[in-house]
This record gives sequence, structure tokens and C-alpha cells, in this order.
Amino acid sequence: MTEAVMTSGSAVTATRPLSRAPLVDAPFATALVELGHERPELVVVSADLSKYTDVAPFAQAFPERFFQVGMAEQNLMGIAGGLAKTGFIPVAATYCVFATRRANDQVQMALSTGHRTAVIAAFLPGITTPFRASHQGNDDLAIMRAIPGMTVIDPMDATELASALRAAVDVPGPVYLRGLRGQVPEIIDPALEFVVGATRLLRDGPDVGFVGTGIGTSWALEAADMLATAGVSAAVLHVPTLKPFDSQAVGRYATRFRAVVTVENHSVIGALGSAVCEAVAELGTSCQVRRLGVPDRWADAGPLDYLRARMGLDAAGLATAASELIGGR
Amino acid sequence: MSLPSSLSDWAPAPEGTDIGEIALRTRRRVIDMCMGRGQGYAGQGLALADLLAHLYFRVMRRRPDGSYLDRFVLSTGHSAIGLFAILGEIGLYEQEELRKYGQPGSRIEESPLEGTPGFEITGGSLGQGLSQAVGMALGERLHGTGANIYCLVSDGELQEGQIWEAAMSASHFRLGNLTVLVDNNNMQADGATADVMTVEPVVERFASFGFDASRIDGHDHAQLEKALPQGGAGRDRPQAVVLQTVPGKGVPTFERHHKVHYLRLDARTWQDAMAELETRRPKAEEGQ
Repeated sequence: MTEAVMTSGSAVTATRPLSRAPLVDAPFATALVELGHERPELVVVSADLSKYTDVAPFAQAFPERFFQVGMAEQNLMGIAGGLAKTGFIPVAATYCVFATRRANDQVQMALSTGHRTAVIAAFLPGITTPFRASHQGNDDLAIMRAIPGMTVIDPMDATELASALRAAVDVPGPVYLRGLRGQVPEIIDPALEFVVGATRLLRDGPDVGFVGTGIGTSWALEAADMLATAGVSAAVLHVPTLKPFDSQAVGRYATRFRAVVTVENHSVIGALGSAVCEAVAELGTSCQVRRLGVPDRWADAGPLDYLRARMGLDAAGLATAASELIGGR
Repeated sequence: MSLPSSLSDWAPAPEGTDIGEIALRTRRRVIDMCMGRGQGYAGQGLALADLLAHLYFRVMRRRPDGSYLDRFVLSTGHSAIGLFAILGEIGLYEQEELRKYGQPGSRIEESPLEGTPGFEITGGSLGQGLSQAVGMALGERLHGTGANIYCLVSDGELQEGQIWEAAMSASHFRLGNLTVLVDNNNMQADGATADVMTVEPVVERFASFGFDASRIDGHDHAQLEKALPQGGAGRDRPQAVVLQTVPGKGVPTFERHHKVHYLRLDARTWQDAMAELETRRPKAEEGQ
């Protein structure tokens, strides 16, 4: 496991106040075009979603390195695998649900049994879409985490999305990168590099520990801020890389608390919450874990704020759950 | 067993060896590989020996260092035995190692993973090879290498929908450097392909997807040579060659065997098969 600069000691990575975090327009698209200039071996493959996965600017900048394969995700992953085998670094862009369900065997056989670099850029993570079961990728991280050799990253903000893409093209194997399209808040310093596998401590406090991934971490930050006004000092550990999972860092963090609360934009089964439980149990530490995320049912339809409130994932819901856990109701 | 002089050792085929002789030597390796455990996909290996001999000794071009410029993509992972055998003929594997076919810990697996020398992809989860071949054809074209891609699929495999996604994209991208080879053996796990789920008319189906498509006898070297010229035919669209093949070809007992999809036989039967093979020298076949 990379003992990264990000995790050194108890240094806290600075975050912008959430209410004042600037919105960055299509950070994935910008990073992809930048990388396209730097890396002539980078190619992009799309299955009829180039406008909806922020890869259209790459297609315009590098038409010869962009392949539109139509509405065919199995072929998408196979073609990406073939391109990887001829020395290119493919970025296969689609939605989480299609990448991990429709084309699961293709991801495994064509992209994962070798040791070639490939990026699966998967958009509409979790409940960021209102279209319920057909479009909400609430099980993608669990599915991808079980594939041998797969790196799994759930970025929190514009900075991490861009920097994780940059890091992904240097991983000697396939990377599943959850994407955020359109306007994405910039919460941490855009100068910060992404180290695959490393965690970031974003808040420190003795009372209760949140562990978050993806935009779930920003939800945890909101809850921590709310708790602070009530005199509860919460810590927030951000774990953007679900695999390889830094069990040591998470375990060390958990030992500091009677209870930790995991927060993720994903089913409570199989991703962050499960990985934290595994880490805590295997280290033999005594720490209660409360997993918060999408419950084990098909989520409702509606905008993100509505869905968060419905599932107790809004700031008040998370803060209440944390308070109850530490007996401070 | 006394063998003709050219078959008396397991060295790679000498330069200039007749294609029929190479096919026979490949079949001999296939049977020898199965003798260790007494089982294997011999039927497929024997059926593909003529095609593979032609591809690896006449069609696919080599670089000065001996490596192949053109690529062979085996989608039908279970036919790996045939590929291993021809790779023995070009000297990539020693027969001593090939005899460990299917044995625990051996890299001579019945359905190997990508990274095994000579295997471009992980085949075996059927329907996936052609998409990867399309990706390779796009990649080689982008590199400007001029390399051709030859992808072997089976008739039963055409029941997988992904094959047709790949076929649609191959013609859309005008991949003149891609050839799909259909091992049309009318055999799949649950029975005859025609009974399980008809895939015919295969030629017409590929033609309707934008391929130059033809059907040949997969054991006729003259037809193979005509359909698959060295260096490709300078096409501007993909090619499909439907090869009518006979599982177990070259061993009459196997050609008639009702379980030729996977053969599990006693040592004596394998020895008899080797002997049957020896009686079917290329010269005798030419007289048919």
C-alpha cells in the first residue's frame, strides 16, 4: 500500500467552505483534452453518450483518436481491450450501470485479465440521476471491487476527478473511475496531486469519525459542519480509492473513535461501508461502524437533494445518525 | 511406432515444409498433447490444423526478428489446443511442455488467459473475440503498421449478440485489415448447431453486415490459399471466411465419434488415433 504524502501523520487537507466552493465547468472534459495533448497514445471510445459523459471536446480535438461505437457497451469494452493490446490507452466512457452490468464480462475478459492500462470512465454514479433502477449506479463499486486487479476510484470533486484521471493513465492495469459531468464543485486545492490508494483527512475532531468516498464525503463534510454548531467535533476521512483499499490508514483512523460512520453515494452493500467493516474487523479493533448510503432497495426517483433527504443522507440525517451513535441525542 | 522421417522428431517444421505436411505434424501434436491425461479438445484441434498451418506458414507476415506482424485472435478459447500445436511447429513451445496440456500448474491450459505466449486475448467466454479484433484493427490502422487481424470464431459462437455488435462496427469502420474466420463445424455443447439454434445462412448474414463473405472447405489448401492470400487482399471492408470443417478431421474414428466436442479416451484409443493419422499422409488426401 502506498504510504502517501496525503496520509502522513494527522495533516488535514484544506477544503473550501462548501457553500463557497466554485463550480468548475466539465472538469473531466478539460482534463481529458489536456491529457490528449500530452499523451498521443490516449484514445477515447464512446457508446452513443459522448455528449453526456463529457468526452465530446476530446472527440473534437482529436477526431482520429475518438471511436464512436454506437449503443453497444459490450462491443465498447471489447474494442477498448483491442486498442489496449495494440499499445493505446483507451478511455471507455459510458454510464456506471452500463459499464458494470451490461458489459461486466467484457470488462473482466477484455480489460482485466491482462495487465494493460485502461480507464473505464463511468458517469451518473449513485443517486445523481433521477431515473431510478435503469440509470442509478448504486451497485457499480461493489461489482468492480470484486474484479481482480481492478483499481476503483470515486472522486469527491472537480480537483479529484481531473487529477484521478491523470493518475489513472499511469496505473499498470484497468481503472474504474466514477465520473461527474457538467458543473462540478471544486472543494480541494486543484494543485493537489492524486495518489492512487491514498486517503485524505479533511476534518479532525475527537467525538465521532466519518469515513466518506466520492460525493458522499462532501455530504459528510456538511454533517460535520452541522455537528460543529452543536458542539460536536467530528473528523472526516476521505477514501477516494476503494481498491486498492488502504486498510491500515482506515484502521488506524477507526481506532481513535468508539464509532465511525461511513457515507457513500452507493448501496450500503459491497463498497465503502463493507470495506471499512472488513478493515476494522481484520485489524481486531473495537469500533462500531454505521454504514450510511443507499439502502438495499431500488432508490426513488427525484432530484439529488430530495433523494438524499428521503434516505437520511442529507446533512441533518447524517448528523442525527452520528449523534445517536455516540449517545448524544 | 515407426514414423516417416519428417515426423520422427518434435522439432519445429523446417523452412519450406509443405503445408499439408505441417498440418499433419500439427495434428500429430494435438493427439500427443491429449495422451498425457487421456482427454482434451482434440476434435477442435484436428479440425483447425489446416487453417492454422496455412495462417502461420503462408498468410501472416513476419518481421525481421521472426515475430508476427499480423495478429491471430482466438475467440474460441476451447480450440487453444490447435493454436498451441501450431505454435509448437513455429518453435514457440517444446512438445515436452505441450504434453502438459490441461495439467494442474501447466501454462498449456485448455482455455488459456491473455498473456500466455501466442495468445492475444482471453478467449473462452464466447462472443468476445471479434470486438477485441475490431479494436486491434483500429489500433493497427492508427499506428499505420499495415498489420492484418485474423479472428477465429465458431458457428455456435455466432449466437452471442456481441458478435453482431462487432460485425456492425467492423464494416462501419471499413476495416479492410480484419478477417473473421468462422469455424463452421455444426457442433456445440448441447448438440448440432442447426438443432440448438440455427446460425445459417452465415455467409449471407455477414454479407448483409457489410463483409466480403465467402464459404470454403476448411480442409482444402487450395481454397484456403485463394481465400486468404498473404498480406491480405487490400480490401476497404472486412472479410468473412466461413470454413466448413469436420471435427476430428484426419482421424476417421474421431470424425465419427458422437462425443467429439470433448474426447476422453483410453491410452490405446489415442495410440490408434495416432496410427490412423499416419495413414492419412497429405499425398493420399491430394488424390481425393
